[in-house]
Amino acid sequence: MTDTANEIDPYAALQDKEPGKPPRNQWLDVWDQFKKHKGAVFGGGFLVFITLAVLLGPYLWTVDAQKLDIRNKNVRPIWIAIWDGGAKTLWHRPFGTDNLGRDLLAQMIAGGRASMAVGWTAMLLSLSIGTGVGVAAGYFKRLDGLLMRLTDLFLSLPILPLLLVAVTLFRQPLRANFGPEGGMFILIVVVVGLTSWMQTARIVRGEVLALKEREFILAARSIGTTSGAIIRRHLLPNVISPIMVSATLGLAVAIITESALSFLGVGFPSDFPTWGKMLADAVPRMEEYPERVLLPGIAISLTVLGVNYLGDGLRDALDPRIRGR
Amino acid sequence: MLTFTIRRMITSIPTLLFISIVIFGLLQLAPGDPMAQVPLTVPPEVKQKMREALGLGAPVHIQYLKWLNQFFIVEPQFLIDWMTRDSFLFGWLPDTQLSMVYDVELEKLVPQQRNISWQTRSPIMDIVIQRIPQTLWVVGLAYIVGILIALPIGIYSAYRHYSVFDQAGTFITMVGFSIPPFFTGPLLIVIFSVTLGWLPSIYDTTHVVNDWASFKYQLSQMILPVMVLALQTTAQISRYMRASMLDNLNQDYVRTARAKGLKEGVVVMVHVLRNSMIPVITVIALGVPSIFGGAIITENVFGVNGIGQLLITALFANDIPMVMTITFIFAIMIVVFNLIADVLYGVLDPRIRYD
Repeated sequence: MTDTANEIDPYAALQDKEPGKPPRNQWLDVWDQFKKHKGAVFGGGFLVFITLAVLLGPYLWTVDAQKLDIRNKNVRPIWIAIWDGGAKTLWHRPFGTDNLGRDLLAQMIAGGRASMAVGWTAMLLSLSIGTGVGVAAGYFKRLDGLLMRLTDLFLSLPILPLLLVAVTLFRQPLRANFGPEGGMFILIVVVVGLTSWMQTARIVRGEVLALKEREFILAARSIGTTSGAIIRRHLLPNVISPIMVSATLGLAVAIITESALSFLGVGFPSDFPTWGKMLADAVPRMEEYPERVLLPGIAISLTVLGVNYLGDGLRDALDPRIRGR
Repeated sequence: MLTFTIRRMITSIPTLLFISIVIFGLLQLAPGDPMAQVPLTVPPEVKQKMREALGLGAPVHIQYLKWLNQFFIVEPQFLIDWMTRDSFLFGWLPDTQLSMVYDVELEKLVPQQRNISWQTRSPIMDIVIQRIPQTLWVVGLAYIVGILIALPIGIYSAYRHYSVFDQAGTFITMVGFSIPPFFTGPLLIVIFSVTLGWLPSIYDTTHVVNDWASFKYQLSQMILPVMVLALQTTAQISRYMRASMLDNLNQDYVRTARAKGLKEGVVVMVHVLRNSMIPVITVIALGVPSIFGGAIITENVFGVNGIGQLLITALFANDIPMVMTITFIFAIMIVVFNLIADVLYGVLDPRIRYD
């Protein structure tokens, strides 16, 4: 027994071993953790599905959402025929038509296009304002007090009343300049973006304040890296995870705000469908045609639910303390 | 703590001034003309007189200062006068007559000019005070119901972490978080008023409660709007409650309390709950103004004749002074409840020292 023990190489601990496989990429770890969160996978999947549906839908379902077909008005969706044989249903109008005979499936696709476009653009706008303000406040000490005071002031503004006021007041001039749809799109995106950047700014500032004191920033500064380069190369990549999480929240907020404005009747013009507008138009006749309320309502709710779950999963996946548990 | 509170109160004055300037500036850019409804046969010089009577002739900064004066000095004077003249609580005090000014031409005391609505030509604060009880009843009750539902859900789902109840609770709060009130409102109306026919779909504000049957009707018409608003409150607050409980359940003092042989109920409901309530109470305080803003949509859906609906109708009628006043009242509430949350946080948590 002693002989075999002596055969073991005494210097094993000191030998350099090649690692068996290359080190794993950080994003692969994130993806592994993300996959464990079932809700987040479903939510992300649904968001991708809805985005693709509204992008590719008009090419697959080529009916014009605005076309009036007064003979086929008030057609019920096709699934009503399962329990109510006498209902007026048509195979080439699977979701039915509204009180002017416009195809509801085409309207859902067009409305989703508007809602998602407003949501994504407003989210990107609020994200870039928030990140800009947050990085500037966290990195440059001179700007910190001023910018954070401004953030606090914006946080104490009554957002929904101000949104209503701004949209009602500036509707006419913007419509005159950019056309009814374009003007409204710019107005809603700008107004939602300008009133929802504060949380992002606060989170980013906190992260930047902590990162700024770390050694790698000191090292970068000691070799003469300029402030702009430090922010671009070293700070922004490290604050990407809180930004992504607040991006999902921002998308949900933007979609809901646009729908709320449309619902209250200050959104897009009446012949331009969005989900909130379709919902609002259907409410007076919801006793006879509940599906016209349900379809856009479910679409809004599921999209926002998916986005919220996606944010939840991203927060867990991007947090290295939770990851791997 | 007292110095902190006083300092916070003083710093909130410039905040309010800034907000009032923002709102005033926004409304100044409005293209609407209050004289647009006046018939064309009215000669221009009369129109100019009417415009000046509405206070539109003066330069912008004078208009703003006058508005500030009316909001912060004249209206409180009217309130004090009303309290010493008509109210039950202070009616025994002598009538103060602070709001009266001596008119030289008439040679007697006349009431001061108040901030009037362009729509109704009556003082704005009177209308607002008429509308506030409706909003408070519905929104306030919804908030309380929401909190009462949310706290047990949050506590139990944190205590049984990853159990079926926790999973279901998390899912339901997520759903409540995601479904906007303008969808839950019509949805509940379709289910409970149209299909089942149990509850009225429109809130009748003129309904007077004087006997048991009318009280039951009042209760039944409040259920739907309260449910819609409470769903949102529940979703938000139970999430905070759960997270806060989870943070505290893993602390060392919980293990110590269990090791001392305290009953599980005492450990959770006394030791952990009291510590977890600190952030939750501030969240509850912070949520009060936002629920008022959110109630705009719910009031619109159910026809509740409250302050949110007043704002919408004023906005569509181009009634600028009314919009200005209501928006500013919302802003005051946000600032005040922020302050209350900050102070509460310091009072409840002895580890936090602001000084």
